[in-house]
Amino acid sequence: MAWFKKTRKPIAATKEKSSRVPEGLWLKCPGCAQVIYNKDLSTNLNVCPKCVHHFRIGAAERLRTLFDAEWTEHDVDLASTDPLEFTDTKPYKARLQASRAATGLKDAIIVGTGGIEGICTVVAAMEYDFIGGSMGVVVGEKITRAIERALDLRCPLVIVCCSGGARMMEGALSLMQMAKICGALAHFDKARLPYISVLTDPTTGGVTASFAMLGDLNIAEPMALIGFAGPRVIEQTIRQKLPEGFQRSEFLLEKGMIDFIIDRREMKAAIARALRFMGARATLPAPAPASPAVEPELSHLAIESSRQ
Amino acid sequence: MNVIETLEFEGPIASLLKEIDALDLLPATDARDREVASLRRRLDSTRADLYATLTPWQRVQVARHPSRPGLEEFIRVLFSGFVELHGDRRFADDHALMTGFADYNGQPVLLVGHVKGGDTKEKIYRNFGYARPEGYRKALRAMRLAEKFGRPIIVFVDTPAAYPGIESEERGVAEAIAVNIRDMMLLDTPVIVVVSGEGGSGGALGIAVGDRVLMQEFAIYSVIPPEGCAAILWRHSNKKVEAASALKLTAPDLLKVGIIDEIIPEPVGGAHADPDTATRLVDEALQRALADVSAVDAAARLKARYDKFRNIGRLGREFVDEGNEVPSGSSLPLRDRSNAELPRRTPRTERSLKGQPPRQ
Repeated sequence: MAWFKKTRKPIAATKEKSSRVPEGLWLKCPGCAQVIYNKDLSTNLNVCPKCVHHFRIGAAERLRTLFDAEWTEHDVDLASTDPLEFTDTKPYKARLQASRAATGLKDAIIVGTGGIEGICTVVAAMEYDFIGGSMGVVVGEKITRAIERALDLRCPLVIVCCSGGARMMEGALSLMQMAKICGALAHFDKARLPYISVLTDPTTGGVTASFAMLGDLNIAEPMALIGFAGPRVIEQTIRQKLPEGFQRSEFLLEKGMIDFIIDRREMKAAIARALRFMGARATLPAPAPASPAVEPELSHLAIESSRQ
Repeated sequence: MNVIETLEFEGPIASLLKEIDALDLLPATDARDREVASLRRRLDSTRADLYATLTPWQRVQVARHPSRPGLEEFIRVLFSGFVELHGDRRFADDHALMTGFADYNGQPVLLVGHVKGGDTKEKIYRNFGYARPEGYRKALRAMRLAEKFGRPIIVFVDTPAAYPGIESEERGVAEAIAVNIRDMMLLDTPVIVVVSGEGGSGGALGIAVGDRVLMQEFAIYSVIPPEGCAAILWRHSNKKVEAASALKLTAPDLLKVGIIDEIIPEPVGGAHADPDTATRLVDEALQRALADVSAVDAAARLKARYDKFRNIGRLGREFVDEGNEVPSGSSLPLRDRSNAELPRRTPRTERSLKGQPPRQ
């Protein structure tokens, strides 16, 4: 029996040693399990330089990756009043407070107007760290106002989805935001203005079943979870394991639900290219591009990155 | 004989029904008839007491009652000459969502609605009212037909949800629902929606955009079923009673926030206790709504439909503008501020670097 006791000691010792490495300096990529230097990651738009795993990013970071320079933010101070006075294991008000403190936002979305390669565009980006990016009345109102603003300015609209769906704590009011936004999009569509829906990990529930799927183009980041019902709900319904890759961007592409998959580092160029196809023109001075302004062959790039 | 199934909270009603049934089997005498009559009076008052104070969870149970009149019952009683229209012209015919045309008081209308099915065999055929993407696409196809020929549309909503299965996702149930919601907003014909049973989130809303949204007294309309909400937020599905209360899914709650326009009363004891009266009450409300909406000219009707949904979630009530405490009544307050003033957020991957600059 003594054999086994001896072998345990060295394992315990190595554990203690690992604490000498400063925390957060290195990161293990969940995609390829390789260790990445954190700064390499942030200079690479939070895409793993080794396996192209796309780390989830916040709304403000997202806008920085899309706009040429500074942007004007709209409806900064809209906030929920907790209309249902909802309490589960914790009051909704407390959840709101915690999310506001953690993100510095008042709800799960930032809307801004700025230039994308000089094209004046209204962009709404959802913030997953705010109650799972869920859509309540404020998110619904801000997106609707974003659509109305783009309609007034006659400029393109981009919505970057990153959401678990409708916000349960605002009940059917959340559900109705789907109708509110889709209604505004109906008018936007009639006005023949371009709308690009960008699907990122995750896009599920009521967000998918409304504006996420209504873009003139629906484009997605690689390997994003995109679906209506959550995977666990489906597993419970059919009582079997779901196939590998189910509800991922590549699955949706195969099933004909999205136009193409594009790497985050090429997202801005791809959007600008698509907007130009849809008739948008650069009216703002485009700053000198950081990377060479090459028009990417979108579909080829998309397939390449998804195969890696 | 009473064959109505009673719900678990209807215990006092069930025992009274049992007593009446037992007495019915005895030879008919004056004494028996008197006894039966007094039991019936007690039954009515018990029902009235019970149904005057239903909890939200009890309402959920009533809304799901297997004998609750649904689309097929309404078609049988209120409409004549029903012709069912099948198929979405793309993939298949969905059996959980039914469409067809019929006459309503002599006027041709299009009917759209969920069907849950009666007995087990039929329930399986109807997929328990869980519609697949082709159901929503069939509904839109049929509604386009009604629009083309200027026929009003009447929708009955009664579904637990859109079907959450592999094939639903493969064929884009989210896209089907989204397109329906968007396109129904601009359908150029009167659309009356009646939430008659369960209004189950996107599966309901996918056919429920209309000029008037009516709701039966004990129906429910929710963003998620109470069981699902309990499983996610309480991490235990037996908290469904609490979830049902918290979600504010009852007709009076929804009327307050303007999600529905009118509550259609139900007979004492719920629609399942007296389907004839329930159907008649639906008929009255439907006639009134259809007449009101048809009287308005098309442009005004579409604008009113849009405004109705646009204004769900109002400034000063469901949300506030904290940066702009403006007097109410003024137009949309919009305060912009440049990016420079924004608190700079650090993405998750950078956050851990705080106070520990990387050595380079």
